[in-house]
Formats: sequence, structure tokens, C-alpha cells
Amino acid sequence: MLFRFRSSTDPRPSEITPEAVYLNRRRLMQGAGVAALSGLAGSMLGLTARSAGAAEMEDFRQLPDVAPSRFSTDEDLNAFDQITTYNNFYEFGTSKEDPARYAPDLKTSPWDIRVDGECAKPGVLGAEELMASHQLEERIYRLRCVEAWSMVIPWVGIPLAKVLARFEPTGNAKYVAFETLEDPTQMPGQRSRVLDWPYREGLRMDEAMNPLTILGVGLYGRVMPKQNGAPVRLVVPWKYGFKSIKSIVRISFTVTEPATSWNMSQPYEYGFYANVNPEVSHPRWSQARERRIGEWGRRPTLMFNGYGEQVASLYAGMDLSKQF
Amino acid sequence: MADRTGKAAPRGRERRRAPVKDRVWWWAVFGACGAPLAALGLWAATGDLGVNPVETIVRHLGDWALRLLVATLAISPLRYLTGSTRPIRYRRMVGLWSFAYAVLHVTAYAVVDIGLHGPTMISDLTERPYIMVGMAGLLTLIPLAATSPQAMVRRLGGRRWKRLHRLVYVAGALGAAHYLMMVKADITEPMIYIALLVLLYGIRLGRWIVGRSV
Repeated sequence: MLFRFRSSTDPRPSEITPEAVYLNRRRLMQGAGVAALSGLAGSMLGLTARSAGAAEMEDFRQLPDVAPSRFSTDEDLNAFDQITTYNNFYEFGTSKEDPARYAPDLKTSPWDIRVDGECAKPGVLGAEELMASHQLEERIYRLRCVEAWSMVIPWVGIPLAKVLARFEPTGNAKYVAFETLEDPTQMPGQRSRVLDWPYREGLRMDEAMNPLTILGVGLYGRVMPKQNGAPVRLVVPWKYGFKSIKSIVRISFTVTEPATSWNMSQPYEYGFYANVNPEVSHPRWSQARERRIGEWGRRPTLMFNGYGEQVASLYAGMDLSKQF
Repeated sequence: MADRTGKAAPRGRERRRAPVKDRVWWWAVFGACGAPLAALGLWAATGDLGVNPVETIVRHLGDWALRLLVATLAISPLRYLTGSTRPIRYRRMVGLWSFAYAVLHVTAYAVVDIGLHGPTMISDLTERPYIMVGMAGLLTLIPLAATSPQAMVRRLGGRRWKRLHRLVYVAGALGAAHYLMMVKADITEPMIYIALLVLLYGIRLGRWIVGRSV
């Protein structure tokens, strides 16, 4: 049996930064060679320690001029290493540790997003240009995963409505469809067909234009780590996390409801809307309560993940148990 | 299946023959079965259970319940292949370890994961097929664990005891089904267990058809 021991859990001097107050549990990976070997053997049997190699927050470029937002929650933030080592990003593998392990090799610059469909000015949006041409905002949002865990994440982003307006969607644009990069050479998870690649998501036009909906370009005031969907991802805080599609390369305005990946995979379990709803159980587990990462117990899940004031009116008259 | 399970390894004779070797084997098997539990304890002590400790604990215990159940089921085929009777002597121990992990798995789920929350427990046990199947698997193991002591083998009689213990095949199938029904999209790991079970059951079926065993 092989075990990996950590030789230190103490913060290093370089970590004593203003952000250090956020970092309640910092893990350092040492003896990388031994760890890699024991990790390989151990991970096959689930015998190594769980902590994946956490990236140092300081390695990420600080974003300039990030404005605060009235939509931010004042709840306790999840730590940077929690947010960056526990990810669902099946393009890099299906375990929570896979994205932190494999995503750092993804080439995110230059990065072009093709915008097409029902709009007057289709075109290409460069990620760098996007970040340079809009006011960046910090949005501290709750993230509720469909798997019944949640985090509080200080995103940096741009309201999606402002970005979409540049392309002048026509009156026919009823929905917005999004696609993730499809490149099995860079995304090893795409070599197996656990989902029908590329990953696809979509929003109704009014959901896309809601002020809560942002294109995320960073977190903790720094550029987006690749395992979290760099360089540009969607963040829709009142919906289950899988709606917030990562590493976007295409945005299309459509007339009809676009196909979405998890709905295509298991239509009875994952609907198009996927609004956080404690009343509607996933067929295999209850959605009534959730575990906030970092807590032992469970807390009740809030309707629309607590954002009902901003979004409940979007669904007036709809039967949310049927249109889940 | 002519495994003389209950009657294997009368102690006195064993001691006379190779006491040290036997004790080394016993401790090696015991240590191998207990190591995953020790690892969990070590992680808990060092705060290294990962970002979602509750998930780590519940999954780890469930994984090892299933792995050791498959190991238990592999012991008879191992004897056919090696011709050695030694593996049979440790089958009961491996089976009991599997049961222990299964009990700890359910306990961790009920106490740590859902915090003994009544409504969740009731809805999980009545509405969630994967939990119902897993629970049925655990219930199947209870009579097997309860009749594992030598005295119970004698009381039941070898034939009845053996017939009862065929429930282990049901438990294996329920355990693998529980895992398969739980995963979201990537069924690779559960399919490995299912392939192993098909292989192990197939070997037994093959022997039965050829008529070399009961």
C-alpha cells in the first residue's frame, strides 16, 4: 500500500497576501516525483490522499479594474483551492480531480468565440478583446451543483446582455445556444463518449439578458483557471451548475430551443431549464438539501438558489415540475 | 461447489504443519483487508480527506465493500486455477471484512452524509432505486455474516449452510447494480465490477455444467 504524506500544511510567506484571509486550508504538494508514482498506483485503488495538486493563486494574473456588484452575496467564500480542485469538467475526465490535473495544458490564448445565428452583426469575439472592452465586475454567487453540493465563488465577469447586444440579435432570436471547444488532443476526456461532444448549453433569450447572467472571465480577482472554464464561461447562478457552460467557442441566436448536452444524454433526469428547485427531485436523489463545500451537515436548498427575487418572474405561469 | 468452507483448516493440524507460515498468511490477508480503513483513518487524522470529505468517506467505504465482495467470490475460482486450498481458509475473513465495509458505508451515509435526517432517509429508501438496491444487498449479507461462525455451520448442517450462502451471488449482483445505477454518465468502473462478476459466475456455471461439482 502506498501513501502520500504531506510534509507541510503551513502557509508560505508568499501566501501572506490580502487574499490569504480567504485561504483557510491550503495544501502544498511536495516530493512531486514520489507523489506522481504513488499517486498513479494509489489512485487506481483509491488509496492515495484526495488532495489534487492545487495551483497557487498567485500564479494567476490579477485582473485590473474589477468593480463590485450589488448582486454579490456576503456569505463566506469557498477557498481558491476548493474551487479549483473539485470540478465537473468532463472534457478533462469524469473525476472531480481530473480537471485540475489535465486542464492546465489547454491553450486559451488566442481564443475566438464565433457568434452567429439570428443577429444583424454576426462575427468573431476574441477573449482578450472581450475582457478589454467591458467593465469587469466581481459577482460573488452561490453555485449549486445538480449533485447536491454547493460553493460560494467570487467570479469576475461581464453581464451577458451587454456582450450579446453588440451582435444585435433580431426579433427571431428566442434562444441563445453555447458550445464548448471540441478538441480531443487537448481535452483527453473527449476521447471517450461519455457525452455527445461538443458540450452544448442554452438559455431562453430573457434568461440570457437577465442582469444576473454573466460571462465569467476570472475568479478571486484573477484570470479564470483552466479547470474552471477558461478563458470564457457562462455563469447562471439560479440554475444547476451544468448550465454554466465552460470554455465557450460558439454563441448562436436561435429560433427554437437548442439541444443541451445533459438533456440529450438523460432527458428524464436533466431538463432544459434546470432551475435550482428543492421541490423537484432528481429521479435518483433529493434536491431538497445540499452540502456547502467545507461544511459537514446539509442545509436546505433555496428556490432558484436564493435568486427568486431577480428571476422568479421569468417563469410565471410555468409548471416547474414539468418544465424542470 | 465442493468447497469445504466451514470445515477448512482445523486449527490443531494447521499449527503442527506450518504455524509461522499460516500466521504470516493470516496477518497478510487481515492487513490487506484492513488497510483501506486504516488509510481512511490516516486521512481523517491529517485533514486530508479532500474537498468533499463526506463524499470521500462514503465512496471509499462503498468501493471497498464491493471490492472485497468480488474478492470473496474470486476465492473458489482461485482454488480451481491454483489447485491450492489456502485461499479458501481466508474466504470467511474477506467476506466479513466486506460486510464490515458495507455496514460502515451505510452508517456513514445515514449519520455523516444526511445527518440522520428522517424525511431524507424515508424518501431515499422508498423513492430512490439505487439506494433500495444497495440496501437490499446489505440485507442479503446479514444472514451470511450471522452464520459465519463454525458453531452456526454445525448447527445448520453443511448442506443447508452452503445453500444459504449462495445468497452471496445475489449480494454481489446487487452491489454492482447499486454502483451502476448511481453513476451519472461514466459507467466504466461499474462495468469493470460487472465484467468480473460475470467472469466469476461464469466459471462456476461452467464447472456445474461440466458436472465436476454439485
